[in-house]
Amino acid sequence: MPTLGSYTCAVTAYLDHAATTSILPAAARVLTEHLASVGNPSSLHTSGRSARRTVEEARERLAAALGARPSEVIWTSGGTEADNLAVKGMFWARRTQDPQRRRLLVSAVEHHAVLDPAFWMTEHAGAELVLLPVDRDGVLDLDALAAELAAHGPRAALISVMWANNEVGAVQPLAEVVALARRYGVPVHADAVQAVGQVPVDFAASGLDALTLSGHKVGGPGGTGALLARRDLDLTPILHGGGQERGVRSGTLDAALLASFAVAADEAVGARPTSAPRLAALRDRLVAGVLELAPDAVLRGPADPARRLPANAHLTFPGCEGDSLLYLLDSAGVEASTGSACQAGVPRPSHVLLAMGVPEADARGALRFSLGHTSTVADVDALLTVLPAVLDRARAAGLAAGPGTPATAPRPDVASGVL
Amino acid sequence: MRVLAALSGGVDSAVAAARAVDAGHDVVGVHMALSRTRDQLRNGSRGCCSIEDAGDARRAADVLGIPYYVWDLSERFEQTVVADFLAEYEAGRTPNPCVRCNEHIKFATLLDRALALGFDAVCTGHYARIVDEPDGSRSLHRARDAAKDQSYVLAVMGRDRLARAMFPLGDVASKDETRREAANRGLAVSAKPDSYDICFVADGDTQGFLRTRLGARPGEIVDTSGAVVGEHDGAYAYTVGQRRGLALGRPAADGRPRYVLAVEPVHNRVVVGSADDLVVHVIEGDRAGWYVSTTHGPAALPADLQVQVRAHGTPVAARVEHADATSVRVRVAAGLRGVAPGQSLVLYDADRVLGEATVTRSWRSATSSDEPAGSDERAGSDEPAGSRDATTSDEAAVLPAGAHP
Repeated sequence: MPTLGSYTCAVTAYLDHAATTSILPAAARVLTEHLASVGNPSSLHTSGRSARRTVEEARERLAAALGARPSEVIWTSGGTEADNLAVKGMFWARRTQDPQRRRLLVSAVEHHAVLDPAFWMTEHAGAELVLLPVDRDGVLDLDALAAELAAHGPRAALISVMWANNEVGAVQPLAEVVALARRYGVPVHADAVQAVGQVPVDFAASGLDALTLSGHKVGGPGGTGALLARRDLDLTPILHGGGQERGVRSGTLDAALLASFAVAADEAVGARPTSAPRLAALRDRLVAGVLELAPDAVLRGPADPARRLPANAHLTFPGCEGDSLLYLLDSAGVEASTGSACQAGVPRPSHVLLAMGVPEADARGALRFSLGHTSTVADVDALLTVLPAVLDRARAAGLAAGPGTPATAPRPDVASGVL
Repeated sequence: MRVLAALSGGVDSAVAAARAVDAGHDVVGVHMALSRTRDQLRNGSRGCCSIEDAGDARRAADVLGIPYYVWDLSERFEQTVVADFLAEYEAGRTPNPCVRCNEHIKFATLLDRALALGFDAVCTGHYARIVDEPDGSRSLHRARDAAKDQSYVLAVMGRDRLARAMFPLGDVASKDETRREAANRGLAVSAKPDSYDICFVADGDTQGFLRTRLGARPGEIVDTSGAVVGEHDGAYAYTVGQRRGLALGRPAADGRPRYVLAVEPVHNRVVVGSADDLVVHVIEGDRAGWYVSTTHGPAALPADLQVQVRAHGTPVAARVEHADATSVRVRVAAGLRGVAPGQSLVLYDADRVLGEATVTRSWRSATSSDEPAGSDERAGSDEPAGSRDATTSDEAAVLPAGAHP
């Protein structure tokens, strides 16, 4: 058992699968099988055709796993690029069709891969950003969306609402979003990076116009992703060049990476009926165990298991700094996240928690535990074993260093472009 | 020992951490994020708080094979160091943010948190020596390299905290030696430039920073006779001893340069005069902290000692006229130019720091220690505003660049 405070731990409990998860054995196998093969999928000779065949088989496999048509798959370098392509490409295309359509509607709890391009578009493309509020569980406020569309529907260029939140695990009411958007002819994009493999994701059934996928989050290799985009969705390219991927996303495709990505996505989706209940049970054990050891801790995100990702547990610990908790857990061999993706190395209170109305002082004591295909009861129990000592020290550090006066941080301001 | 090494991303803190590792300690590197709006790239000699600096700190930790974390202390930093900086200037005094950072952040918030988390000490790249005295106590001494010595800005930390501090660079011969050692250890920051300016004044424009944060408040610049000789946008932006940037329309009658003699926030007035008018002999300070017992007042202190009023000022011979737990008054027979309220007054016995206080007032008095004729009378340094706080070390991870002691 790792000793609190020792830096060399024989056991590491990895509880940060939402950041990235280890590659699935089948995906690793496919990757290595193809790595040494020569052939540009765009070349016309035998090697080129062979590589193209690998890419197209991967495209078909990925599409089948997610209820999409192969021609709806646009390969990208990852989730971030797919989100950028969706936000920028859909906005420019829609605005070109109808110059009135400049309002860009995104939820206040989007990943930065959606939020930052949205802000960028306000500065460089004349977009009017509308940050859609969420409730205290992090779930989109549908009434606010309905009101926005009722007031400005004909001026809306697109809506981007994630399938499930990466920090607090809230599953968003996309069916309702799509139904509302249809009435006003507004295309909808969803970042489903965290959802695939955890909840059912069917592109055709969703009614979405575009959907973002990431390879490494589902047990595939890094550097892979895709945007599923309906054939009739107009997208202005953001990468120009050789005209690959319908001319929307130029760049030579990597057959080995994409084949591996498709296998991982297929496996993750196929395993979901058994893996999701298994992870949910582990998650429940984790949450119950933590709340027993720390009755003052608060589970963030929806309490209803049906409305949150099965592998996600997000808690705030009053009087503790997330920085301290992360350090203490790490030195005890337990790896978690402070919740917000550490932006370029600088921890900040999470914009997601702030948007949920969590006071900044509480938001600073956040920890996200996320499970994945390698997670076991032993991982959860390792956390529960070291947690009491970790919390004692983190609380002492919180008192010693003083909580500081809560800063008057600007709250996310709907429609003002200020987050 | 379990040691928290503050890593700024500069060469000093990296080598200090390396030395702590060599000494056999369990070392963890921590980079303090002190600004919420960090630049992506380091800009010349300014700041140590850019994302690039955090990356440099991370690479140093990789090379040393120690864990590395970033702690967000930006809120605390704003509430203490930046708030004090603004309030002091607004009150017509001259703050040293490096001193306040050592007082409130590095050897307070950071140290307290480290101790609570199970660390035994905090290691920084400051140039100063900690000496074990025969009586078992520890004392703060100047660094071996006088040019890099930072004992002046560390004196504020006090005896108790000194016992938990570690300054492995106190005995290096020169900064060049530190750089050579960094290169030999394979630390990529070995040739990184030193930082000079105040870390949170991103562009080095202190007056502009003050104007932005405090707002413009136009007023008059007067000479010692009360005659108006110019105008300003805010008295707070001026510092006693400042010569440049006065933009006076009329030359002085004697044709000699004029300096800021006093900043009067209540009247929003800046008083200017000759260099000679800046000379003072008696300096009073409060918020004193001692490394020696002052139970018996000045008698407990050496009869002859030295005082220093600026980070890189020259120590001058002085006598203590009064000393108690919280205040001190010293006499500098030769006179001193460069004393402004708000500055730190550090007392030395040769290399050893005896105590520290914050200057409240100073006056001319060639022969006696009487109260000044005019209580407003002040004198100050001959440096321009904004530059006096600057220091020269990339050390402090902890330290906002520029704000280094």
